[in-house]
Amino acid sequence: MDSQNEETGTMVRVSINGREYSVPQGSTMVQAMWYTGHEVIHGVGCLGGVCGACATVYRIEGDFRLRNALACQTLVSEGMSFSMLDSYPIQRAHYDVAGLTDPKEELFTYYPESATCRNCNACTEVCPQGIDVRDSVWRANFGDFKAVADLTFSCVMCGLCVSRCIAEMAPHEIALYARRAYGAKELPFPPNLRHRLDQIHSGTFEGDLKRLESLTPDELKKECEVRS
Amino acid sequence: MRLLSSYYPDYRPDGKATLKVGTNKGAVVPREIADILESRSRLPAPRTLPDHPDHDVDILILGGGGAGITAALFAAKEGRSVLLATKLRVGDSNTVMAEGGIQTALGEEDSPVIHFRDTFRGGHGANDPSLLSVLVSEGPEMVEWLVSRGILFDRDPQGGLSLRKGGGTSRPRLISAKDYTGLELIRVLKEDVVNAPVEILEFSPAIELISGPEGSCAGAVLYDLDSRRHIYVKAKSVILATGGAGRLHLSGFATSNHFGATADGLTMAYRMGIPLVHPESFQFHPTGVMFPSEMAGMLITEAVRGAGARMYNRLGKRFVNELETRDVVASAIIRECAEGRGVKTPQGTSGVYLDLVAIDRDSGEGTVEKRFPNILKLMKRHHVDPTKRPILVYPTLHYQNGGIRIDAQTRTSVSHLLVAGEASGGLHGTNRLMGNSLLELFVFGRRAGVEAANLAMNRPAFSWREASLAHVDRFEEELSSAFSTEERPMAPVLFPDYRRQGT
Repeated sequence: MDSQNEETGTMVRVSINGREYSVPQGSTMVQAMWYTGHEVIHGVGCLGGVCGACATVYRIEGDFRLRNALACQTLVSEGMSFSMLDSYPIQRAHYDVAGLTDPKEELFTYYPESATCRNCNACTEVCPQGIDVRDSVWRANFGDFKAVADLTFSCVMCGLCVSRCIAEMAPHEIALYARRAYGAKELPFPPNLRHRLDQIHSGTFEGDLKRLESLTPDELKKECEVRS
Repeated sequence: MRLLSSYYPDYRPDGKATLKVGTNKGAVVPREIADILESRSRLPAPRTLPDHPDHDVDILILGGGGAGITAALFAAKEGRSVLLATKLRVGDSNTVMAEGGIQTALGEEDSPVIHFRDTFRGGHGANDPSLLSVLVSEGPEMVEWLVSRGILFDRDPQGGLSLRKGGGTSRPRLISAKDYTGLELIRVLKEDVVNAPVEILEFSPAIELISGPEGSCAGAVLYDLDSRRHIYVKAKSVILATGGAGRLHLSGFATSNHFGATADGLTMAYRMGIPLVHPESFQFHPTGVMFPSEMAGMLITEAVRGAGARMYNRLGKRFVNELETRDVVASAIIRECAEGRGVKTPQGTSGVYLDLVAIDRDSGEGTVEKRFPNILKLMKRHHVDPTKRPILVYPTLHYQNGGIRIDAQTRTSVSHLLVAGEASGGLHGTNRLMGNSLLELFVFGRRAGVEAANLAMNRPAFSWREASLAHVDRFEEELSSAFSTEERPMAPVLFPDYRRQGT
């Protein structure tokens, strides 16, 4: 909380869940809720902009547009009204990524609605991470899962795209499916990992590790002191 | 080392208390830790259990971060019934916030043995060698598991996993998913655990363990945050995966931790008489954001220093090797500020400059954007562009190095109670190297899940009538005699309270 602003009296007028308050300028939406005595449990997670718990809908006085944001990352401003969306209901596919045989086709088994995108672009406009969500849906439909992975890597799964989709799909879940299928089924297994696993399975390091474990604490300290 | 003993918070006498009660009696720990260990139960006396438990399962897992999810997936694979209870949503944890990566020895010039040595040296030789040996040798297998689940780690031009260098290590050994490593791990594993035969209770933190026959663990009491009712769970094995302590704000430090990181597991285990190892040892990550103040505590990953970011004091002078271990770099920053060479913020606090501009200058324009897109995105939201100007940083409370004592099977001194992840102690000694905690979650999460399943399968049937909260009563008696008149705080605290006093 920015106590400096409270002391110098730089306050802004906001409306939280329909009730008016005055809060210090420079507060995030979540900090404004704490300042006004709200106990926030649903809607708070990491407080660092990556967990997606704090999806919020807001409006600025005098502007008809509805906007969305992550409440832990967004500063309040004069005349702002906001409410948290806590959890947006979605339907999630039940699948095991290891069991996919033709992931590009199976996308339409698990998420048939992904083919019904009407290109309105509302998902892209709402995304707090600036992802081109609409494009990612089409890339998924066309089977270009690598492009989906590149486009959506910063997705925090907040679900705001779902709240605006007129085809009522869950683009963030579709992107998760495509990324996973790409990683598990398309990308070749990393050769350096394969090599190390082979060495481990043939017991290459066992003797050395056993020896280290058997040393006294002082011997071990001496042994590890020097960077090899 | 004088720098550490003079400036690192662990070694300073201020803000400390000596434990008067429990298995670690006599230990000197941060006052906030003493407060949650020598604390009263949230359950008022007389502490009786209802006639029947609300749930009766093979395995109860407390905590839904990386360790809890991994344990749940492997326990369910063994065909046991699994209930996972967590304070917020599944995945709300310190894991999801991890930026840097997972440390695992995959390089040609590297080996699990060198990983062992680096970690032991970094941990000041206080690491438990048997835990460390398990970590380094099972690490690559767990990475194989993660890759098979479709987690997208950065690749090198040959298609191998890209390896980067972390502080205090002698080889590049960090695998990462840009600076979204934790997010990528949690997105995928959360989907898996939701799809697995695992019952999940969200917004239901544990507030007390339940004891069973012969001093064993027999379940836990949960607190439903919405209905404000208690939920009683009988279980054959219990896994504590309750995570760290950052939101206790030791000595008033800001924290990089998630909202629920209040060390609840330490409180519950301590009441059961389980010893803690290195309960005085915490990691203050050198580079937490200082300004703008609404971002205070947010982490700037150590990987930026691995990539060439430099640090400067108010006089524009470098004052430490940026690739030293975290405790050394943090101490150096605290020293600069304590001796008046820090940069003042409008709030009157001070910090030092962390300059990412050097990365783009050394490795080419756009390197920061490509490797650290999350930092750039978060900072730019607050009108700070780290590719143009340095960031102001100060150490932030990041990790609990110690924790509940476990053996290589993740077992504690109480039978049928296991611990995995940040809540456990011993592996990291008194200073954790970057990337070893993510590896720990998977290596020991799996071990806990498999061991809990074995223990559950072989446990003789016992009745709910044999279950009790007698250990809590006993602990409170000890507390009353040690603190005759002094009122003790209540714990687990569950959340910090940031609401304005008097509102």
